[in-house]
Amino acid sequence: MAHRLGGRRKNVKKGFQFTFMVVGASGTGRTTFVNTLCDSGVLPKKISDNPEEAHNEAGIKIKPVSVELDEDGVRISLTIVDTPGFGDNIDNEKCFQEIVGYLESQYDDILAEENRIKRNPRFRDNRVHALLYFIAPTGHALREIDIELMRRLSPRVNVIPVIGRADSLTPQELRDFKRRIMEDIEHYNIPIYNFPYDPEEDDEDTVEENSELRTLLPFAIIGSDEEIVVNGRTVRGRQYPWGAVEVDNPKHSDFARLRSALLSSHLQDLKEITHDFLYENYRTEKLSRTINGGDQDGAALDADEMASQSVRLKEEQLRREEEKLRDIELKVQKEIQEKRQELLAKEEALRSLEARLAAAQLQDAA
Amino acid sequence: MSALNGYVGFDTITQQIEKKLLKRGFQFNVMVVGQSGLGKSTLVNTIFASHLIESKGRVACDEPPRQTTEIETVGHIIEENGVRLKLNIVDTPGYGDQVNNENCWEPIIKYIKDQHSAYLRKELTATREKYIQDSRIHCCLFFLTPSGHALKPIDIVVLKKLSEVVNVVPVIAKSDALTLEERAAFKMRIKQELTFHNIRLYPYESEEDDEQEQALNESIRDLIPFAVVGSERNVVVDGKAVRGRKNRYGVINVENEDHCEFVHLRNFLTRTHLQDLIETTAQIHYEAFRSKQLLAIKESTQQPTSPGAVHPPITPVNGNASSSALTSPTSTSVPAF
Repeated sequence: MAHRLGGRRKNVKKGFQFTFMVVGASGTGRTTFVNTLCDSGVLPKKISDNPEEAHNEAGIKIKPVSVELDEDGVRISLTIVDTPGFGDNIDNEKCFQEIVGYLESQYDDILAEENRIKRNPRFRDNRVHALLYFIAPTGHALREIDIELMRRLSPRVNVIPVIGRADSLTPQELRDFKRRIMEDIEHYNIPIYNFPYDPEEDDEDTVEENSELRTLLPFAIIGSDEEIVVNGRTVRGRQYPWGAVEVDNPKHSDFARLRSALLSSHLQDLKEITHDFLYENYRTEKLSRTINGGDQDGAALDADEMASQSVRLKEEQLRREEEKLRDIELKVQKEIQEKRQELLAKEEALRSLEARLAAAQLQDAA
Repeated sequence: MSALNGYVGFDTITQQIEKKLLKRGFQFNVMVVGQSGLGKSTLVNTIFASHLIESKGRVACDEPPRQTTEIETVGHIIEENGVRLKLNIVDTPGYGDQVNNENCWEPIIKYIKDQHSAYLRKELTATREKYIQDSRIHCCLFFLTPSGHALKPIDIVVLKKLSEVVNVVPVIAKSDALTLEERAAFKMRIKQELTFHNIRLYPYESEEDDEQEQALNESIRDLIPFAVVGSERNVVVDGKAVRGRKNRYGVINVENEDHCEFVHLRNFLTRTHLQDLIETTAQIHYEAFRSKQLLAIKESTQQPTSPGAVHPPITPVNGNASSSALTSPTSTSVPAF
């Protein structure tokens, strides 16, 4: 563990900043998961509002919420982005675009900030470092909406698939379901965050830990913000007439493993991949589009404009400087030419003078 | 009523009818509607205690996800104590599973109306069969996702449309995902929404009902939507083998009324309201369809330029009605017994 903490020693005091997004249809346990993770009512449960409103399709609302956590003495400044309304409409095509739009606009902010001449030292990085996608516990395989969403979002964010409300699945059903989901993910070439490791470069512990986490994918999550009494102990869980399920019991749910991976062991890795890989890809795509005068579809955000403008400005500057250099070169060359000509002329004059002198001397001698 | 002076014996007509009916057998057609993965096939198999339909879930990764709602019918004959039941189970795989689910309910509504239409056609034939094969849907089980929140907009739209043409019984699928409090809150919320949208669900009120029947119907209406759990596998509870599910923290007994409402649903469908479901389909839904159609025919014969009915008007034909300007039921439908 030391090698991993090594780089963070300086940051431990300052704390970490981490942003993750939760996406899934209503009823898959998103909100409860977040509240269980933070051990407090961070997100409000879906309010049973008017039955008269239910048929109105509100579309998707993207809401970031900030909370401070203390994880083993390390301060984490956590931002959680909830997406209520996803998958609840009859036509869910727009939901995807909104989420992708949100992710890209965070990248645009960074891009604009990087290109500013005078940067803001207190700039807040709002990029989403991980996206937890909640799969409904059907027991079959991925649905079309699951495949589409993960496919479209994985170029922009680390996608971690999660089975929400996994309490109703028997152990056998869960095993088969997980296997089928992973088969689907491979079949459809969906690049999810699968705890990457290099068997040659990384040490044994890392390899072991990452491959173990990989076999747990997708994490089977049970969340609860209520406490129940089980065998005399008070634990977080859900009470059914036939038994009680405990959130923190690794035999019941993968919640604890996911939490430690997300907030502790793999937090840095997720951030690095977001910055070094996902953001860089987006940046390259975006800039090559701007330079080639590619189509700027969709609403041009301020950051967007600024980013492209500052790029253009920079290029203008470069061009002007090049021109100046060229001018200077030309001028210098001209001067050299003139000087040379002068020199030649002077030499001519000198020679003719010498000739006349020689002729004059000859005349005198004779 | 006139008084009798001696025993006549016409009270045996009930046995005479029974004898005839037993020979003929009974026909029951049930449709299941809901997103994939809600346990529709398992529930039907649990209700009728036999493996009647296969799950249509996608289990192989190279199998592509369905892009539309398809209708599949399976027929079985089951027998109990000399009573033969011809069962048709109509499944609707692909419903509500796409990103864009606009109009995914249309094939379902069309199928239901096609069955009414086929029956009407046979009825209006000059030389018709003695006993018309009844392929009309007597009951539609509508499966709700156990989200614990509220009905989805698509559920509301489809429930409205379905309740106009068929007896709809909504059920909360896989209800072992909800604690008892969540279940109660969910049910109440659903009931509020159903009332708000004026969705008429079976059982309907009727003046013919006596007090006992009315009380029974009230209690059924109270329970709706039924929170059910299905299972075809057995688990051991108190030394006995019962149908249930064993998960990591407990054993769910499907037939235990404290665990879920399966028993109530099963009794409702098979032990108390089976005959009524068949009758109301004929007397209420079919009649409504029939009168609309016949009025449309009358109008179209009086004014040739009048707009057509919702369903293409039927022209009575002589002999066997095989070819006509009608939409016939989908090719995978009604097996002929």
